[in-house]
Amino acid sequence: MKSFSDLKRNLKKDFSALPVKKVAVLGDTSTQFLVQAIKGIGFDEGINLDIFEAEYDQIDHEIFDSGSDLYSSNPDYVIIFQSSLKLLSRYNKLPEEQKKTFAADTLVHLNELFTIINSRIPARIIFFNFAEINDNVFGNFANKLDFSFIYNLRKINLGLMDMCRELKYLFINDMNLLQSNYGYDRSFDAKLYITVDMVLSLDFIPFAAKSIVDIILSLSGKVKKCIILDLDNTMWGGIIGDDGVENIQIGDLGIGKAFTQLQYWVKQLKQRGIILAVSSKNDHDVAKSAFDNHPDMVLKYEDFAVFKANWNNKAENIKAIQEFLNIGFDSMVFLDDNPFERNLVKSFIPELTVPDLPEDPAEYLVYLSKLNLFETSSYSEEDSGRSDQYRVEFQRSQVKEAFTNEDEYLTSLEMTSEFKHFDDYSIPRVSQLTQRSNQFNLRTQRYSENDIKIIAASDEYLTFSFTLEDKFGHYGLISLIILHKENDSLFIDTWIMSCRVLKRTMENFVLNSIVNAAKSKGYTKLIGEYIPTAKNKMVKDHYRELGFSEIDGKWVLEINNYSEKLTFIKEK
Amino acid sequence: MDIKTVLSEVTSVFKDVLDNDDIELQNETTANDVEDWDSLSHIQIIVAVEKHFNIRFTSGEIQKFKNVGEMCDAILKKIQNTAAE
Repeated sequence: MKSFSDLKRNLKKDFSALPVKKVAVLGDTSTQFLVQAIKGIGFDEGINLDIFEAEYDQIDHEIFDSGSDLYSSNPDYVIIFQSSLKLLSRYNKLPEEQKKTFAADTLVHLNELFTIINSRIPARIIFFNFAEINDNVFGNFANKLDFSFIYNLRKINLGLMDMCRELKYLFINDMNLLQSNYGYDRSFDAKLYITVDMVLSLDFIPFAAKSIVDIILSLSGKVKKCIILDLDNTMWGGIIGDDGVENIQIGDLGIGKAFTQLQYWVKQLKQRGIILAVSSKNDHDVAKSAFDNHPDMVLKYEDFAVFKANWNNKAENIKAIQEFLNIGFDSMVFLDDNPFERNLVKSFIPELTVPDLPEDPAEYLVYLSKLNLFETSSYSEEDSGRSDQYRVEFQRSQVKEAFTNEDEYLTSLEMTSEFKHFDDYSIPRVSQLTQRSNQFNLRTQRYSENDIKIIAASDEYLTFSFTLEDKFGHYGLISLIILHKENDSLFIDTWIMSCRVLKRTMENFVLNSIVNAAKSKGYTKLIGEYIPTAKNKMVKDHYRELGFSEIDGKWVLEINNYSEKLTFIKEK
Repeated sequence: MDIKTVLSEVTSVFKDVLDNDDIELQNETTANDVEDWDSLSHIQIIVAVEKHFNIRFTSGEIQKFKNVGEMCDAILKKIQNTAAE
């Protein structure tokens, strides 16, 4: 982690080329340093955080007053930092009977603050939970008293977790965990609190700021999707080719415990939706046999979407994995114990995240866990099957080779699609797609679950989600359309498709479907727009290829002249 | 360590924190004389000086320093106390 001084130096650098996100910071203690650190970390992460910092200790005022600077700053994110010490001083002023309801009362007040912000601006709110401090009035006995400070603090933190499950726009910055990782003595400087009302030490501020920026980045779609693993001395101890399958260290053998716990973590990531791949210098059959036959292996061969164990250069393997998965290098992480391999890969693929693993495997997991590489802003049940879907895709690609004619191949897949308006079941996935899709995304509008709920319920929009399945399996919800009604036209606010279903004639099926829907409702034009980003060149000619005509920078399709596009997908 | 060395080391801490190599400090120098030395960067300087000399100022001290000389005197006293222990 960079020091605060280094982050502050970043502020003098040129932010002009970076994309801007507007942020408001409200605190009940001094927040100037935190704001500088957030801005500085943003620079290193390639984002220009344009920060409005409210006056000291004006949280309630800024939120209740509809004419406040908070609202006129029109932020994308509102960060609220209430400190545990201020919480304690509020608690201390109460008579005993009110201390019993302190947590409940505090939660009601916070809920009101969040709801008011949300009723006025469409910002995401990031709230610091409360770092655990003990007032040490009752010592350990405080655990047995429902009016003690620590009892109330913990209840508030749990209440906040429940609250952010309800309020989709609310996200928690887990200050309590940060403090526990970093240590209370190092994270708090009593002198700075007493003299300038700062509750975070200068050394700790970069960690708190990084955590905030992690949340913002994941909410703006910058997330890791894949982890690529080396095998020898990374997934197990020893070199399997030399030592033999039975002698590698995993489970109870040697320092096997270190690798077992790492494998459990990787397995959990897979279940969360992270794609697993292998890039290892090994004989393929020997490496595979470890996963198939070793009784202590947590991961199995089938857990990996792509398995590249060979003698090629690792950077070449990783490029092949990236090509097959069709996701950006910046969304991939590569784990390797060998500094030489890491540097080689980094020099060929600078966008890739390559953690400098510690020398001792015992420290791998502690180190990786602190990097917080897999921050996410959403989770849907479909995520858990992602790695398996890619493995099925690999089977498809092998079937494809048997066909010489593309149309025959597509017919043989027996594809069907279900399309319908957004509903309660699809809304989380729809929102997730708007936040994660970068390539097949015509206007890259990012929407929270709450935004999508509002759009789905609004009379001004028509919405469609599309699924796809074929004889090999179910892709799930892979495309979505948001149409904005404009007189006799429909403006295509959002057209997104998952790259996993490219070249399946899915876009033709989508266009046929929305044209039919538009026609039946009496609309005469579809209007599309392409907003270029660094990542969506793939769809630069999307509307031209579908027969739209360019008029004043927009793309127009006359519905009455439309003839159905060829598709091999049937409506389910 | 003598007071001259303290002053020169404090100067290098200032240069680093304020990111300005042109800073020259005298005993009489105050915040008004140094660009960017405001109440905020003062905190940064205090923390950096503490780290550099491996000492701790008290809350009272950091509000009372009238100029660089007083800070250096306090530093020297603390170093000598530590050495005597």
